Amino acid sequence: MSSPILTFEEVTFRYQPDEHLVLDKLSLQIQPSTITAILGPNGVGKTTLLHLGLGWRRPQGGKIRVDGRSFQEFSRSELGKWIGLVPQTEHIAYDYSILEYVLLGRAPYLLPLEMPGEADYRAAAEAIETVGLAKMRSRPVTELSGGERQLVLVARALAQQPRLLLLDEPTNHLDLGNKIHLLELLRNLKENGVTVIFTTHDPDVAAVLADQLVLMRDGKVQHAGPLNEQFTSEKLSETYNVTVEVHQVAGRRVVLWRNGANKTDG
Amino acid sequence: MNRLSRNQIQTKAVRAIKPASFLVALLIMLIAAAILSLFLGRYPQPGLISLNQIQQDELAQRVVLNLRAPRILAAILLGVSLGAAGSVFQMIFSNPLVEPGFLGVSQGATFGAALAIIYLGGVPWITQTSAALFAFGGLAISYYLSRRVRFGGWVLRLVLAGIAVSALFSSGVGMLKFLADPLEELPEITFWLLGGLYKITWDDLRLLLPVVLVCLIILFQMRWRINLLSLEDDVAFSLGVAPGRERTLVLAASVIAAAGVTAVSGIVGWVGLIVPHISRRLFGANARYSLPGAMILGGLFTLLCDDLARTLMVAEIPLGVLTSLFGALSFMLLMVSRGIKVEK
Repeated sequence: MSSPILTFEEVTFRYQPDEHLVLDKLSLQIQPSTITAILGPNGVGKTTLLHLGLGWRRPQGGKIRVDGRSFQEFSRSELGKWIGLVPQTEHIAYDYSILEYVLLGRAPYLLPLEMPGEADYRAAAEAIETVGLAKMRSRPVTELSGGERQLVLVARALAQQPRLLLLDEPTNHLDLGNKIHLLELLRNLKENGVTVIFTTHDPDVAAVLADQLVLMRDGKVQHAGPLNEQFTSEKLSETYNVTVEVHQVAGRRVVLWRNGANKTDG
Repeated sequence: MNRLSRNQIQTKAVRAIKPASFLVALLIMLIAAAILSLFLGRYPQPGLISLNQIQQDELAQRVVLNLRAPRILAAILLGVSLGAAGSVFQMIFSNPLVEPGFLGVSQGATFGAALAIIYLGGVPWITQTSAALFAFGGLAISYYLSRRVRFGGWVLRLVLAGIAVSALFSSGVGMLKFLADPLEELPEITFWLLGGLYKITWDDLRLLLPVVLVCLIILFQMRWRINLLSLEDDVAFSLGVAPGRERTLVLAASVIAAAGVTAVSGIVGWVGLIVPHISRRLFGANARYSLPGAMILGGLFTLLCDDLARTLMVAEIPLGVLTSLFGALSFMLLMVSRGIKVEK
């Protein structure tokens, strides 16, 4: 096995000194060219985990390494070329065109006072085409629907061409067609050597897209490993504290639950 | 398509010309307006003076070179600085309703000026220095206070601190006005509050120009990157930006430029608020074009207002009154024509 691209070693994190631990001695290894889904109940620290993996938040304890190096060993722009982020939502105050907004993804490749050039425009245009918004690239971002906006954020991260892509609930606002399209797109990225980590509340998305699964509970990794070993009725029930059943339908795992399913006692 | 708004079509019309060429055209307009303004005034007769008159009349030469020229330059510098600072503030705070004075800068400057007029004899350079010091004082207190606030994001904390500090200084200004000698000091404070460039000399400019110019060059050079600084912290970070450090640099450059010109001119309102809106309307949101656009438009707007201020009536009209008048009018026009879009 090759060396991991992202490692968490007993990472602890809290937002304020007097607040509860969000992550409690969390350890995790992500192998290159894999797609990892992070599942867990609301507020378990999935987004925090992404922010730590991005290097934006610093843990109070433990170590995080990217390709075996600590964040201090990266310059700001170098890290920008390594890791991209697609946030859950983004407040956009002004009516940038899609092209202008996606072009911001080229920032790590530009010097602080440099303007984007022709190569950057090409990369941005390509990214927009990949997410299927080519026809509307001069439309203002502020006039787009929630799903279209999410695709714009994905396109910006594609223009960034990172080796590690972090996505926070990427399928949240997408309709069925766009969801399937995005899943294909992420699979293609993986084929091209990009490592993908995403959080989701939809186990079915995890089941069709991911090859690795991380189940979080109480600020820790409860289970982690290849999807086909981890995506089981017992483990999912334990993670969400409800009774669910994993079934094979047409060669694919789906999660079913009974109407009015009772919470288990622990 | 139905969803194409009028706004978009207008913006498209402008974008059909390359934004860079449009900027150059505006710059040429500004230079032409500046040259024309040299000939405009009330000496020897209200209106334009002819080249012939300037050549023959020594007093006219002095009026043009020592009174009008520095004043025209100052008006442009004032407008460029306020337009740029307003543009940067609106970008970085992701809020189209902020202006460069709101972090305690304007009220601080006013307090400093009023204090100097009453207790330090009202010598112009002392008044200006005091205004500048208190402008930075206001900013420093706002900044310090915002760091002590225990809740909210950094935008909310700064805005709240700015409101509180501005209120504090404006009550101080009220007190000083109450204490001022109503025959001599009060009118001077009032005129300072209304803003004007009637006292400007080459000496003022020599002092002001280098500092303000450095700030403006920094902002101009960073114009594309300022887009990134308007993104949320985590996203900006993921794109290789150091959000805290770079925002501080850009905000400092804006405030120094705005406070510097304000110390000389007094409070000239609305330029920093309205000009960035007009610029975004013409050039789109991208600060690569809308920031230089706001600079040139700010200069042009302030220069034209100042031309009116010094020529329209026998007595000088306070510049701030005119910028507020035309600023508010254009704001109303923009509002009803969907020029201002505020999300949330």
